[in-house]
Amino acid sequence: MTRTVTDPAEDRWSEAGPASYPAELAISSAGLTKRFRSGQVAVNAVDLAVPTGSVYGFLGPNGSGKTTTIRLLLGLIRPTAGNHALLGQSMPGHAARVLPRVGALVEGPAFHPYLTGRANLLRLDAADRTVDPGTAGSRIEAALDRVGLLAAAGKRYRHYSLGMRQRLAIAAALLRPRDLLILDEPTNGLDPQGTREVRALLGALAATGTTVVLSTHLLSEVEQICSHVGVMHLGRLVAQGTLADLRARVAPRAQVRTSAPERAATVLRELGLSEVDTETETATGLLGDVAPEKAVAALVHADVPVRGFTLVAADLEEMFVRLTGEGFDVSG
Amino acid sequence: MSVAELRDPAVPAGPVGTATERAPRRFSTRFFTSELMLIFGRRRNWVGGLILAAVPILIAIAVKANPPAGGDASNFLNQITGNGIFVALAALVLEMPLFLPIAVASIAGDSVAGEANLGTLRYLLSVPVDRTRLLLVKFGAIAVFALAATLLVALVGALLGLVLFGGGPVLTLSGTLLPFWTGVGRLLLIVVYIAICMTALGGIGLFVSTLTEQPIAATIATLILALGSEISDAIPQLSAIHRFLPTHYWLAFGDLMRDPISYSGILPGLLSAAIYLAIFGTAAWARFGGRDISS
Repeated sequence: MTRTVTDPAEDRWSEAGPASYPAELAISSAGLTKRFRSGQVAVNAVDLAVPTGSVYGFLGPNGSGKTTTIRLLLGLIRPTAGNHALLGQSMPGHAARVLPRVGALVEGPAFHPYLTGRANLLRLDAADRTVDPGTAGSRIEAALDRVGLLAAAGKRYRHYSLGMRQRLAIAAALLRPRDLLILDEPTNGLDPQGTREVRALLGALAATGTTVVLSTHLLSEVEQICSHVGVMHLGRLVAQGTLADLRARVAPRAQVRTSAPERAATVLRELGLSEVDTETETATGLLGDVAPEKAVAALVHADVPVRGFTLVAADLEEMFVRLTGEGFDVSG
Repeated sequence: MSVAELRDPAVPAGPVGTATERAPRRFSTRFFTSELMLIFGRRRNWVGGLILAAVPILIAIAVKANPPAGGDASNFLNQITGNGIFVALAALVLEMPLFLPIAVASIAGDSVAGEANLGTLRYLLSVPVDRTRLLLVKFGAIAVFALAATLLVALVGALLGLVLFGGGPVLTLSGTLLPFWTGVGRLLLIVVYIAICMTALGGIGLFVSTLTEQPIAATIATLILALGSEISDAIPQLSAIHRFLPTHYWLAFGDLMRDPISYSGILPGLLSAAIYLAIFGTAAWARFGGRDISS
């Protein structure tokens, strides 16, 4: 499924990486690594594979290397090792041709405080040599309208609330049609209503075929809108795939309702269940390879008074703990 | 903000469809124009302009109130009562050592460090703006500002001087008289020369600006370089290095008021500016081209 490079102009840039990248991937990277001068390895051999058309949740606690990865993807910082491609073209060699098709929100909004929201967008549009200047006005109004900022477009940026700033940054990413949106914490600072609006907007964009990469530390956000997930932990991409696949990788938890939880727990342990735990009326454990019907049979056989037996699918939080081996806290 | 409503997702307001991959236009003045509007639209810079313009106004009023009783003809102040155009020259002499360098250093220091400080640099580079293009645009805007600032001082001085003291033939430093419009031409040449000197300082400031994310620090460092150079230039024991100092030929613009024009200071001054620009322009390019943008 690899695409052959036919454009001779592309060959000049191919020394940095493979001659071709899979065309069905909007983002692909191989061994992407960033070691800072302090010696800290912020991004460690990351192999991203973001399918075209997906909504990819880039998940990880604060400090896990998500933003550094995004900076690497956009060519803002140079990798210590590895290479990557956006929309099938190697970076940073093709930045001039690829980045106009990529809308980005990196580490929060940043604009000139003494310019209005509209003037700030005009400045970014003026810097883009690939757009038609004649349509700048209508494109800017349309982008402001899409994020609900039209009424505040004439106010100076310094007077914007955090939520309005976030909206303006999203508007900047929508100044022109994009094939790929890379959004770092896009709902940060938004009120619940704004969060819902942004999610609806991202859903609408994804429906038109735009690939959306969404970095977030909010598990609920991923659960609601993402088709694919990549999990960062301490600079490494510890898991990647469709949301359904990742869920399936985490064994479900068996929950036994019984008046004799200690006896039930003993049986479950003998069967080979892990993390067996008891409460006043329940015993739980991770099934692993053990078939649930076998567990039920064993409990009944051991005369445990079983009132109920349920399989609890792993929620995202549990999945995350499984994948990283720790809770959802700030990485060191 | 709660009243803000997103458009119905089914009816996208913006242009939709596949983003077209258009080859960038080779030449576009939009970003450069935007940069100029950023500089000339900023209130802080208008205040700076007022301060620059205040000096010729102060000179004109002071001389009108208390005219000098003749004296040294090489001092432009003494000639103002004879010809108002000398208000401009006197103002340029007084502003060259400090006020003009402060103005240029603040613009140049802010150029890259200011964008880095705000975080707008990462968004400009993601547009994408090629890093070399960004430096060229920033430098071009510094050069335009240097010319505008110098021209402002000269224009305010000349106009106010002509109103208060009248015009007429211009007495040169060589003691000859030039027709009025030839004198105006000489004044414009002086403005261009000073603007070039200031642009060279701006080139140094642009380089310093790529080293830090603190625009004030870049401005002060550039000013320290300029003033340090002027101080060194005033110490006779350092005469061996005087001609290598970036400010050494700044005041040579007086030679443009001789008859005929003396080029013994002007030409080395232009050469010095060109060399400083080449060195610091290259340094800025080398530094900024490969720098990690982590702001």
